Amino acid sequence: MADRAMPQPVIAAHEVSKIYNPDSEEQVIALQDIHLDVQAGEFVSLIGPSGCGKSTLLRLIADLIQPTQGDLKINGKTPRDARVDQDYGMVFQSATLLDWRTVQKNIELPLEIMGFSSQERRTRAQAALQLVELEKFGKHYPWQLSGGMQQRVSIARALAFKPSLLLMDEPFGALDEFTRERMNMELLRIWDETDTTIVFVTHSIPEAVFLSNRVVVMSPRPGRITTIVDIDLPYPRVFETREQPRYYEKVTEVRELLRDAHEV
Amino acid sequence: MAEAATMQSKSDAIWAGWRRNIPQALPAILTAVVVLLLWEVAVRVFDIRAFILPKPSDILIEFLNELRLFVTPGSQSILFEAAKTTFWSAFGGFVIGCGAGILVALATARWTVLSEATMPFAIAANSVPIIAFAPIMNNWFGILNPASKMAIVAIIVFFPTMINTVRGLTLVDKRQLDLMTSYAAGGFKILRALRIPNALPFIFSALRVASSLSVIGAVVAEFFGAPRTTLGVYITQQAASVNFTKAWAAILISSIIGIAFYNVVLLAERWVMPWQTKRRQAN
Repeated sequence: MADRAMPQPVIAAHEVSKIYNPDSEEQVIALQDIHLDVQAGEFVSLIGPSGCGKSTLLRLIADLIQPTQGDLKINGKTPRDARVDQDYGMVFQSATLLDWRTVQKNIELPLEIMGFSSQERRTRAQAALQLVELEKFGKHYPWQLSGGMQQRVSIARALAFKPSLLLMDEPFGALDEFTRERMNMELLRIWDETDTTIVFVTHSIPEAVFLSNRVVVMSPRPGRITTIVDIDLPYPRVFETREQPRYYEKVTEVRELLRDAHEV
Repeated sequence: MAEAATMQSKSDAIWAGWRRNIPQALPAILTAVVVLLLWEVAVRVFDIRAFILPKPSDILIEFLNELRLFVTPGSQSILFEAAKTTFWSAFGGFVIGCGAGILVALATARWTVLSEATMPFAIAANSVPIIAFAPIMNNWFGILNPASKMAIVAIIVFFPTMINTVRGLTLVDKRQLDLMTSYAAGGFKILRALRIPNALPFIFSALRVASSLSVIGAVVAEFFGAPRTTLGVYITQQAASVNFTKAWAAILISSIIGIAFYNVVLLAERWVMPWQTKRRQAN
C-alpha cells in the first residue's frame, strides 16, 4: 500500500530531458529538466508557444518517444509498461478516425486490438457513444460527421477501454470557437463522470484556465516549465464561470507568465 | 441473419449505385451511337472499301453470326473458341501476376529491407516494354502452350500491382500509426487493421489497370505466335487473307472482354470497399 498522505502520482517526471540529434550541430533541446507530478483525478493543462515541447512531453508520457535523460513513471511503471498495460488513452488534434470503419467500429478498434469479445466490444462502444452523446451515430461513417462530432468520437474511442489517464494533444485546436466552448463543457462533464486523470495540451489560455486544476506554463528553446499555476475556480465550471472576475484574473496571470517566458 | 441482411443491403447499395450511373452514362452512350452512325454513313456515302474500313453493321452481323454458331449445339465458332483461349490466358496471367504482386508487397511491408532492395528494380521494370519478352517466353514454355501467354501477362501486371500495393501499405497516416502504437498493437495487428485497409484503394486502382493490360498483353503476345484458336492469331490471319470484317469482329470481342473484365474489377471494388462507394455517392 502506498503512503496514505502521499498517494502514488499518475505521472511522476523528474529531471526529464529530451534532446534531438545529441552531440551534433543540429542538436535541439526539446525539453530540459522537467519536474512534474500529476495526481489521480487531476486535470492538468500544458500551455506554451510552439516549440516549447508541450507535445513532446505528452509523447514522452505516451511512450511514443523516449527521454534522453531523467526518470519518468506512469502509475509507478515505466512509460513502456504503462503503454503495454493500456493505462492511457490518447486524443490527437485531428480525430484520426479510420475512414473504412463506421463510428461504432472505430470506437471498437482499441478493444479489438486488446482482445475483447465482440459482445463486450459492442457494449463498451455503446456506453462510450452515450458518454459523448452520439449514440444515434454508431452506423455513420466518419466523413458523414462534422469536425466536432468526429473529435467526440475520438474521445469516445480513447475512453472505451476505461484508461486511468487521458492524454489530449490540442484536441480542439481545429474547431471553431463556439464548438470549442461546447466541447470544453462536454469534456468537463466526461471528466466528472469517469474519474479519469487528464493531461491536456493547448495553446489557448482561456481554454486551459477554464478546464484545469493546474496550468503548466512552458517556454521554448530549450523547452522547460516556467511556472505551474493553480486554478482555484470551483467545479462544476459552467458557462458563467467565464464571466467571473477570478477567471479573468487567472487568464491574465497565465497570459503574463507566457509573455515573460517568451521574453527570456 | 444479420450477416445476410448486410449482404443484401450491400448488394442493394451496389445496384443503386449502378442505377444512378445510367443517367450519368447517357451522354457517353449517345456519343457512341452518333459515332457508329457517322461511321456507317461515311462508309456508305464515300463507298469506302471493306479492306480499309468495314461498315459497323457488317462487323455486328459477322459478330452475331459467330455468336449463333457458338451457341448452336453441333456447330463451332472459331472466333469464340479463340476468344475463350485468349480470355483464359489473360485471366490466368492476371490472377497469377496480381496475386504474386500483392503477396510480394505484403512481404516487403513485413521486411522493410526487402522493399528497399526490390522497389527500385520494380519501378525500373515497370517502364520496360515487357511484351518484348514474348518470343523468349515462347521459347521457355512452348509457342502453343497457353502458359507462355499467361507468363507474359503475369509479368506485365505484376509490377504495377506490387508497386501500388507497397505504396498503399507504407503511405499510412503517421498519427494513425501513433494511435496503434499507443494501443501497444503488434506488427500483424497494424497490418490487418491499418495497413491493408489503407492499401485497398491503391490495390484496386492497380487491378483496374491490370485488367485492361492483361487482355492487351494476351492479344499482343499471341501476335508473336500462338495456336490458331487465339484472338491474336485470328486477327493476324483474317487480316492477311483480306477478311477484314472477321478481323474487326475479333477486335470487337477483345474489346468486350477487356471492358467486361474492367467492370468485374470495379464491381469487386465496390463490394470490398462499400465505404468508398457510399462516399462517392454522397459527394
